[in-house]
Amino acid sequence: MSQYAHPEVLVSADWVEQHLKDPKVRLVEVDVDTNSYNEGHIPGAIAWAWNQQLCDTVQRDILSRAGFEKLMSGSGISPETTVVLYGDSNNWFAAWAFWQAKIYGHKDIRILNGGRKKWLADSRELTTDTPSYPPVPYRAQASDLSLRAFLPQVQGAVQKKSAALVDVRSPQEFTGEILAPPGLPETCQRGGHIPGARNIPWSKACNDDGTFKSADELRALYGAEAIDGKQPVIAYCRIGERSSHTWFVFRYLLGFDQVTNYDGSWTEWGNLVGAPVERGAAPAKPMQS
Amino acid sequence: MKPQHYRERQVTSGPWQIHLVSYQLGDVFYCKADNVSPGANIARGSAATQEEAERIVLKKAEERLARTRRQEV
Repeated sequence: MSQYAHPEVLVSADWVEQHLKDPKVRLVEVDVDTNSYNEGHIPGAIAWAWNQQLCDTVQRDILSRAGFEKLMSGSGISPETTVVLYGDSNNWFAAWAFWQAKIYGHKDIRILNGGRKKWLADSRELTTDTPSYPPVPYRAQASDLSLRAFLPQVQGAVQKKSAALVDVRSPQEFTGEILAPPGLPETCQRGGHIPGARNIPWSKACNDDGTFKSADELRALYGAEAIDGKQPVIAYCRIGERSSHTWFVFRYLLGFDQVTNYDGSWTEWGNLVGAPVERGAAPAKPMQS
Repeated sequence: MKPQHYRERQVTSGPWQIHLVSYQLGDVFYCKADNVSPGANIARGSAATQEEAERIVLKKAEERLARTRRQEV
């Protein structure tokens, strides 16, 4: 069995238990359901709310560099701190936080393999106590935009067929049958997908217990759709968070060099006037670039 | 405290699947529902028993899913 390209970015629950009181380690819970933290969390963990603390709440954007510095500083995290992220739904939004932290150059950030789900299922220690850590200075690096795709890059990639597009939404969103995940607000005017995209739902990268599939299984999953890292890859979903999970898999577990997360995603593309849209399932055979 | 009675189950509501996760922490049973694909949280609740927590959450989830529009493809 082959190894992940960067196994150091994943930690096990046992590792976390051994570092619960390590002052060099900060645990951060980032959930889809921002109330989950209050229903029990890992002792010592703080919480970041994705919809308030991991985005610009005025204009649609990720955190600014100054905003990221403020978040880290206020969380008692220095540039030397080992940050371990975990969350519900197979670390869905933990990966969103990971992606932003890498954009701003945090050196040592990791994900708890299995996230909140496995921690609960294994009946490990929880608390409802909220810790407080004194602020520390934090200076972020300049934005690494090689990790992020903006609309013009995606449009160019579609026209020139210069990158593989991976749509990680559900098949029903991909085909255009529904405009948003079931039960969630619709955020686009049109349904479908970006022309040429392959549909590989994000959660296929995970086992039932919330841990990531093995490197071999991941290679087989994406390789079946001709996504093998030999060409640039752009991942997208609805607002860029599910695709940050897939971006994490491509970049850190499979070691793809040229992979970006298009966080504008379908909420941007599906609202553009005149943008090309494909509906229905993708062709059976993936197109080679 | 350690969570107890962790339980996952999946139910069908019309065209939709609902995934329920529940557990007990202290005296409270918590339950959440997600929409399976993609797995987004759509309802949450708590109660003194696991069955009651699941019942409350399932009702909320079904109400929310019923508002989802489907398009012809």
